[in-house]
Amino acid sequence: MIDDQERNGKKEIMEEFTVIGKRISKVDAVDKATGRALYIQDLKLPGMLYGRILYSKYPHAHIIRVGTEKAKALPGVITVLTGEDIPPVRLGFYKDNPLLKAGKVRSYRDEVAAVAATDPEIAREAISLIDVTYEALPAIFDPEEALKPEAPLVHEEHKTNLLKMPWSLHYGDVEAAKLDAVFNVSERFSTTWVTHCCMGTSGAIADFDHSNNLTVYTNTQIPSLAQKDFQETLKILGVKDKRVRVIKPCIGGGFGSKLDTYAYEHMAILLAWYARRPVKILFEREEEFIATSPRQPTVTYISMGCDKEGRLLYRDMSMVLDNGAYTSWGATTPSVMMMPITSLYRVPNVRYSAKCVYTNNTYSQAMRGYGNPQATFAIESAIDMLAEAAGIDRVEFRRINSNQPGDVTPQGLRITSCGLPECIEAVSKDLEFGRSRENGVGVGLASLIHVGGGARIYKSDGCGTIIKMDDYGKVDVFTGASDMGQGSDTIIAQIVAEELGVQVDDVHVFHQDTDICPWDVGAHASRTTFVAGNSALGAAKKIRLRLLAMASKATGVDEDKLVLRDRAFFVEGKPVLPIAKLLRGSHFTPRGEMMMADNFYDPPNENMGKDFRGNMSATYSFGTHGVRVKVDEATGKVEILDYIAAHDVGRAINPLLLDGQVHGGVLMGVGYALTEQVIMENGRNMNPDFRDYKVLTAMDAIHSKAVVIETIDDQGPFGAKGIGEPGCVPTAPAIANAIYDAIGVRIKDLPITPEKVLAAIKKKNGTVSCGIDAFTQKEQACE
Amino acid sequence: MNKQPLEISINGDCYSLAVEPNRTLLELLREDLDLTGAKEGCGEGVCGGCTVLMDGKPVRSCLTLALEASGTHITTVEGLAQKGELDPLQQSFIEHGAVQCGFCTSGMLMAAKGLALNNPHAGNKEIRNAISGHICRCTGYTKIIEAVEAVVDRSLEKR
Repeated sequence: MIDDQERNGKKEIMEEFTVIGKRISKVDAVDKATGRALYIQDLKLPGMLYGRILYSKYPHAHIIRVGTEKAKALPGVITVLTGEDIPPVRLGFYKDNPLLKAGKVRSYRDEVAAVAATDPEIAREAISLIDVTYEALPAIFDPEEALKPEAPLVHEEHKTNLLKMPWSLHYGDVEAAKLDAVFNVSERFSTTWVTHCCMGTSGAIADFDHSNNLTVYTNTQIPSLAQKDFQETLKILGVKDKRVRVIKPCIGGGFGSKLDTYAYEHMAILLAWYARRPVKILFEREEEFIATSPRQPTVTYISMGCDKEGRLLYRDMSMVLDNGAYTSWGATTPSVMMMPITSLYRVPNVRYSAKCVYTNNTYSQAMRGYGNPQATFAIESAIDMLAEAAGIDRVEFRRINSNQPGDVTPQGLRITSCGLPECIEAVSKDLEFGRSRENGVGVGLASLIHVGGGARIYKSDGCGTIIKMDDYGKVDVFTGASDMGQGSDTIIAQIVAEELGVQVDDVHVFHQDTDICPWDVGAHASRTTFVAGNSALGAAKKIRLRLLAMASKATGVDEDKLVLRDRAFFVEGKPVLPIAKLLRGSHFTPRGEMMMADNFYDPPNENMGKDFRGNMSATYSFGTHGVRVKVDEATGKVEILDYIAAHDVGRAINPLLLDGQVHGGVLMGVGYALTEQVIMENGRNMNPDFRDYKVLTAMDAIHSKAVVIETIDDQGPFGAKGIGEPGCVPTAPAIANAIYDAIGVRIKDLPITPEKVLAAIKKKNGTVSCGIDAFTQKEQACE
Repeated sequence: MNKQPLEISINGDCYSLAVEPNRTLLELLREDLDLTGAKEGCGEGVCGGCTVLMDGKPVRSCLTLALEASGTHITTVEGLAQKGELDPLQQSFIEHGAVQCGFCTSGMLMAAKGLALNNPHAGNKEIRNAISGHICRCTGYTKIIEAVEAVVDRSLEKR
């Protein structure tokens, strides 16, 4: 059926799909709802040992001696390793993180020794029997302090605590624009440590066969790159030319935590190597909090100005990021922060610089949004302040400056499909901005831009797919994509089913195994629907063409008269040949052929150049969140009354799963805004459990409405763009803006706890003291 | 440690076992009986992932000693479906998109089952309360609450 629809002023033909756009249940939901799904927690190999890691007792110290005699003597202990016992395996792209530390520790999280034993309890006891003598060193925990010349050095050989990273750009002329601007704001914002809190803790099993081929079962978002990292470790062990197979069991949540390979994975490999038996390391919850990498804190200085009509003239930002003691992808988040900084709203002159700084804290990692939430918190808070300074309504201010289709931003991002104006409208209409309100109630909004068509961080942004069909018309799809719960298997099954005229149930998606699945750079940057989706679509198109040619030959009907749907070929509405029958014929015949196709899709996006210009994504996702809050001025508690999240997703391939990404992202964003914080005291994680680290519960679940704006992107599979991360990007500034609207205080530091709100209220009212500090027992000043 | 005898019914099957006094019910289920549907998310009763039903009431199996379950009927997520038919709650979770990574799902389902058995008229607030001790990092709880509401509603219609 063909249906004409007016969209964005241009007429386009809307096809009717059989599975695209439908609320189809997740293909793995039945296994997960019946307890059949297997996670790393559930896997056991014959003869498997249990590994455990000993962490440092100091945030910064020389290691004088590691005494392992007692641990080695414990019955059931098979292997004990220290930094002196193993070759120099170093982790992370910067290679500044030795797998086991020798000579010096730089954070409480530093791995000092590891054991493998026949039982987890024995491994735990063995760890407690290892005597380590330390000589404490002065330590540094504040990244701004760490930049001072007298600060202790985390890595002496590095000469400075500042990482040598090139995060600096200047487009246009910010200084000249400052002279032209009529209204200006200049502010400091800060964010804190938050962590992924995947419900399934981290774990890995390493297993060598007798030819020294290695299989690693692990929770990873990057199977192909993990394979490469593990190969490097084998090389350092002197094992060359062997196979490394990475098998992903079901993953209990990712959110960016599994974007790198970590000590526990490489430690399992080394323990298995020395023990000559499979070794499993599985984190307990406390270890998950302490020894995985959180989103880093940032300090942001922003100034922004506009002309008298409210048009943005410049944005000038600088940032300090706490890298922690070692380097993982957290240090590269400024590359993604550049996107909102240069391109959220039209702003012709932009300057940005970021300093990643070594400290004796735990080392940081990207988390859902890859720096975008931190940057957008500063930008969207400052946008509200600038609108107020200019005397322009906040919604109108955003309309004036909204990105539009066809824009090329100062960074060279080419905006193609863009539903930002519609998102702003949807939110402002729903929350009735400007309506008079009761005391203590306010509304706020904030928008986002994010990569929606992959992100060319590496030389390739590609993903492979292999499809094969069997005698019964069933389809096996081998994808490079990594489903970690977000639903990529389902989206890929829908795309393939639509193209091949079969049902989603007919399609089985394999993503678990590097021995059978093609290459992919990983599940990051909200890229999977777009990149893996296009890859699968391309492979399915190849199959479709071959099926049509074969069917035409078999039926004598011209290809263009054959319609492929409902598992059969139709001519003028009547089924003439089931796909299964055609396939059986092609297989079970002399000189038959196999129905199989592969496709490698690498999106038409660009690496950033030396000046960081370049169209990093093939398309961009947009969104606006709006929130109505009620602030209790006596307690400082913020209650969320209504929440609306409008997202331009290109096309909703599966609205059920899309809602899930948005609702989940929003609540994670609400936690970021209001409650979540790894309390780091002199480098020590003070709240490594779910009682004290405040993940929101069902009692805090908010009434949120997900509005889908479809812009049908030219490049996207069936028009779709990525939506994995955007849900948690503009949440915190939307809430901060609503709090300001409600009670006239602006909180510039996350999370916005009742204590901070109360202190700000008191400060606004001229009260000097904000109560007794629990630790010092002294009066504390407000802020 | 000396093992002690344990008579227990799990998902309708009767077991005569000998277990160590410090063995938790979760360890018994997962390690000894290979019923890995109940998950350990925290090991201290805060996340709810290990929830099973003991005589129809939700308990944290990580905080329950196996011997405490002596003589009781335990139901785990593996025992929810009857004769190949999914429980209405399982069906509802699947249809409402209440499952993402799935790690919290079995605990959520058992809490919801406990609620449905003990309070079939539960409203939104009671549903939230029943799963308030369960952490889910993926869904924002929205669709889990909807999924449970849909089943409770259905049981209301029948009355």
